[in-house]
Amino acid sequence: MHALRHIRPGDWLTLLSGSVCVVWLMLSLWSSELADKAVIRSGGKIFREVPLSRDQSIEVPGPLGVSLILIQHRKVRIASDPSPRQYCVRQGWLEHAGEIALCLPNQVSVELLGGHKRYDSLNY
Amino acid sequence: MTSSTIKLQATAEDHHIARMAAVALGLTVLEAAIPSPLPGVKPGLANIVTLIVLARYGWRTAAWVSLLRVLAGSLLFGNFLTPGFFLSLSGALLSLLVLAFAQHLPSRWFGPVSLSIYAAFAHIAGQMEIVYLWLIPHAGIAYLIPIFAAAALVFGTVNGLIAARFMDNEETKQLGVH
Repeated sequence: MHALRHIRPGDWLTLLSGSVCVVWLMLSLWSSELADKAVIRSGGKIFREVPLSRDQSIEVPGPLGVSLILIQHRKVRIASDPSPRQYCVRQGWLEHAGEIALCLPNQVSVELLGGHKRYDSLNY
Repeated sequence: MTSSTIKLQATAEDHHIARMAAVALGLTVLEAAIPSPLPGVKPGLANIVTLIVLARYGWRTAAWVSLLRVLAGSLLFGNFLTPGFFLSLSGALLSLLVLAFAQHLPSRWFGPVSLSIYAAFAHIAGQMEIVYLWLIPHAGIAYLIPIFAAAALVFGTVNGLIAARFMDNEETKQLGVH
């Protein structure tokens, strides 16, 4: 290998620390922490804060009717909602901290929180 | 009435800087033809010229060549004073700043490969800074940082090797070994 001839001892050090730096960035910026509690809001106010450890279904009243929220195996979804376009229902299961499902017409939302709050477009 | 002409005295050094900047510009144009999976992930071939100039003629000349390349390149691509121009400029400025310190590393241990990697990381850091502070002030761009950093490491190493190879060839030629 002729190319390796040009790499001096310190360059290996630079390469190594560069690689460590890249791996560290990947681990710290790409890891998505699993959530451990869900905050359910209705009409902008916190309706309930529930831990994900217990499977349950919660009925949340809103202006259009009742939204049904399911918690199963540390995951959360909005199972049914009276909103016309059903965006929050189609979002499916949420499991990572920072994920959020919003049913705007019915003013209901579920947000997942982990050990510490991650940034997203809603709380920048 | 006599016509007056303004004549700028261009020294040999000016010509030399212009020639080097032109080579760097050529590489920039060449590179624009290479498709990129993500805007901003580019080999940065022009930095090879900056590295060689730095090793040969010192930091001042390298800064001239690098900044002239950014300016002339923006005029050529028609993005002078657009966000793209400021991205290139901030990258080039931060690279030069880092090179100003890195050039004092003992050359017995640290060659062009190290300088190239440091400059590549500085380049991407300068660009991300502009993107975050001005263009997209959103934490979501953090997801892209590892990709850019990995690209900086790979392309920095490759550019450094090319620069080292080039300088090695010229030295052996000058010594009459070939």
